[in-house]
Amino acid sequence: MTISIPSAARETALAPDRPGFRLVVAEALALDCGVALGPYTIAYQTYGRLNAERSNAILICHALTGDQYVAGTHPVTGKPGWWETLVGPGKVLDTERYFLICANVLGGCMGSTGPMETNPATSMPWGLAFPVITVADMVRAQQKLIDHLGIESLFCVIGGSMGGMQVLQWAAAFPERVFAAVPIATAARHSAQNIAFHEVGRQAIMADPQWCQGNYLERGERPARGLAVARMAAHITYLSEQALHRKFGRNLQDRSALTYGFDADFQVENYLRHQGITFVERFDANSYLYITRACDYFDLAAEHGGQLANAFRGIKTRFCSISFTSDWLYPTSENRAIVHALNAAAANVSFVEIETDKGHDAFLLEEPEFFATLRGFLDGCARHRGLDQR
Amino acid sequence: MSADGNLGGAPGTIKLRGDLRLVADMIEPGSRVLDVGCGEGELLAYLAEAKGVDGRGMELSQSGVNAGVRHGLSVIQGDADHDLQDYPSDAFDYVVLSQTLQATRQPRSVIAHLVRIGRRAVVSFPNFGHWRIRLNLLANGRMPVTPVLTHAWYETPNIHLCTILDFIALCEELGVVIERSVTLDRNGLPYRLNPRGALANLLAEQALFLLRRAAPTR
Repeated sequence: MTISIPSAARETALAPDRPGFRLVVAEALALDCGVALGPYTIAYQTYGRLNAERSNAILICHALTGDQYVAGTHPVTGKPGWWETLVGPGKVLDTERYFLICANVLGGCMGSTGPMETNPATSMPWGLAFPVITVADMVRAQQKLIDHLGIESLFCVIGGSMGGMQVLQWAAAFPERVFAAVPIATAARHSAQNIAFHEVGRQAIMADPQWCQGNYLERGERPARGLAVARMAAHITYLSEQALHRKFGRNLQDRSALTYGFDADFQVENYLRHQGITFVERFDANSYLYITRACDYFDLAAEHGGQLANAFRGIKTRFCSISFTSDWLYPTSENRAIVHALNAAAANVSFVEIETDKGHDAFLLEEPEFFATLRGFLDGCARHRGLDQR
Repeated sequence: MSADGNLGGAPGTIKLRGDLRLVADMIEPGSRVLDVGCGEGELLAYLAEAKGVDGRGMELSQSGVNAGVRHGLSVIQGDADHDLQDYPSDAFDYVVLSQTLQATRQPRSVIAHLVRIGRRAVVSFPNFGHWRIRLNLLANGRMPVTPVLTHAWYETPNIHLCTILDFIALCEELGVVIERSVTLDRNGLPYRLNPRGALANLLAEQALFLLRRAAPTR
């Protein structure tokens, strides 16, 4: 197949204080909602080197509140990248062997076009004038970036949670461009429970007076309280009851007795408040609305006549689906439904459920069985792909 | 199995259990194979290496699945009773069920699925008609524990044991054609006995069958 390099695409460094690149695509992107969005920007980061055959590229898809800074020191938080444990020289996603790409999703707030960026029509921040985007839109934008990088076929597309949805969308939309796919702790459609939790988060943001109907940026305000509450509620869903109990129990925070008030008496309260406050420093409230909406709208089967297996008919991609026992946000049953559909399409699929009490967050943590599985799968795929053995 | 075990070695080094070797002998090179209850994937690894087979595995145990995937095999966690129904008909050239039939809840529907999903099915199982088992029960009046059936009755995964003659009768009832059959001793070495005879049912500790649907596949 031939690659159409987007016309008039411009690539520049992101910003002096932000490592990585930005690709500006002049040609408008036809969004699922019917709007043509363009020109638009994709901010991305790469690790490792593309080989001469252009056959060793791995696209990493980040989750709801993740970004392109997978490894190394994050330019905003100063903390390690969200997959630091997995990405680096000699690690599972080996930067000496693979060329890793991660792009900030469309609608995000780390340099890609989203509600925080300037609307060229008004020279004001987009705010709620930004069109509603979908997981498929995110993937279409990523596809333009992969075209731009001159990569015909990705060795692997990998991601957890919302990243896993993008992986599934990639495989379904561009099967011939995905040699291997690793959807982790994800679902082919958002469940009612997941939509419900997202709605709580959105309502918390919109109930904050400083949200200003979405126009907080031009008024110099920030709905920090609303966004923090959204993060606190969401954070609970990323953990498990056992993990919360193990970490905090009913331990009190810097005090020896209850205060009979509404201060953070318990360690778990203090922990959640801290999670909320630090999140606000790095994330945009409107982005949170848009990206949670994209997750809610995701339903891969619906796009294929209600039969998920139809999304994967005739696919040659090698899949490895991974779930975690204590993940109740994207439980094993949701991941297994993907595996069943792949079986029904006679696709090449591996499926492993990892035993852990760390809940949904396990996909971001160092879990030896998880890493060993991933390494084995990627090594096997690399052999089939004819990549250099290490 | 360690990372340096059977699956990780250089080409030509994979050694198979005797009965798995006979299973492998029934499989044509370059075919598509589903191994149901694949353990840590020894058979699939051997078939991929020795016969260029495109193999998939299904395994109930977490450790077995992880070991298989770690070694680059395509294995899903699942079991024969629940996870065969999703596969389309004729998805594979062979479906292998090695020493697992007796541990399924619905052996009858499992066999029906095997010959639906695969153009051929290879099934092996321990023979409950073996003289040692019969004698054990007769002499001791206790549930037999033998070198092949090693579990006590209260903890055995083998809930649907059968004799060779029982199995042949079920195949006839399901209209499944037996293309080949081999009876084996404890070490998985073949006996020169008529597998359908009473003597084989008495002397063989295991049996291995190559099956297909009654209607010829087009």
